[in-house]
Amino acid sequence: MGIFDYFRSPKVRSASQAKERLQIIVARERAHRSGPDYLPALHREILAVIRKYVHVDDEAVQMNLEREGDCEVLELNITLPEKD
Amino acid sequence: MARIVVITSGKGGVGKTTTSAAIATGLAMQGRKTAVVDFDVGLRNLDLIMGCERRVVYDFVNVINGDANLRQALIKDKRTDNLFILPASQTRDKEALTTEGVERVLGELAKEFEFVICDSPAGIERGALMASYFADEAIVVTNPEVSSVRDSDRMLGILASKTKKAEQGGGAIPATLLLTRYSPARVDKGEMLSIEDVQDILSIDLLGVIPESQAVLNASNSGIPVVLDEDSDAGQAYLDAVARFLGEERPYRFTTLEKKGFFGRLFGG
Repeated sequence: MGIFDYFRSPKVRSASQAKERLQIIVARERAHRSGPDYLPALHREILAVIRKYVHVDDEAVQMNLEREGDCEVLELNITLPEKD
Repeated sequence: MARIVVITSGKGGVGKTTTSAAIATGLAMQGRKTAVVDFDVGLRNLDLIMGCERRVVYDFVNVINGDANLRQALIKDKRTDNLFILPASQTRDKEALTTEGVERVLGELAKEFEFVICDSPAGIERGALMASYFADEAIVVTNPEVSSVRDSDRMLGILASKTKKAEQGGGAIPATLLLTRYSPARVDKGEMLSIEDVQDILSIDLLGVIPESQAVLNASNSGIPVVLDEDSDAGQAYLDAVARFLGEERPYRFTTLEKKGFFGRLFGG
């Protein structure tokens, strides 16, 4: 940092942004990797079953597998469209 | 028994081939009999980095198919004793690297050499999977940059599940991190991920840090592995990494910013 830098507006340090973004995406991808192989297929089929009855988009079904000690919890979150 | 080492990264252009050439040459310089194998079928380049492109007669796929034996295909390095290169084939047939064929060739190499360095292609396709499948250990080459770090993590996942050892229930093969194109000045300004940042994310042991250096392009321009440019920062950093690989403890060099004098600090730079 030179004397002239003090007159410039402080910038967000991009390296810390990089680290934060990486920590989030890497954690998400690791969780996905360690999950059972059938998760993507299960997700697709659940979506297909729901679509027999209501029209929802791809984002409507959120699946999350979490490990708590010896126990695995599969959290399923289905967002139904608002009624017009 | 030989140590089979894969040099991998996931992302392309981070320095896998430069690293394979440097580490293999560095090991041979230490008197260790070393073979370096190019797994990038269709996009052969190790020959060019090693400066033996005009001496390629037979290649890896020829040996797998039985068109040539290993002795005919191995190129003896002209500059460094104890060093041999097995070039990749230029065929466009990605299925050319059969699991049985790769296992047989690596098995033959392991009988004759102390180290077999496998230069993996980028990506996670067949060539990359074959390069790591029979490996005893991995060196993951990473640039301090988001896409490279993410791909390295992906590759660590593959090393933990898609190698022969992992498939037989032996778990992940040991992997160490080689950080390349590192710029202490940019880290100091907060513009580049630091060694600690990358290690925090990947959580693997560090093998070496290679500074961003003009010596690397100069070396590849002339087809001379950068470790032979012993005065260069990158060459010395690679030699340190080789020494650590062989179990020696070496302090890290070229990883911190040299302190500027009073005027340097006053006027920035």
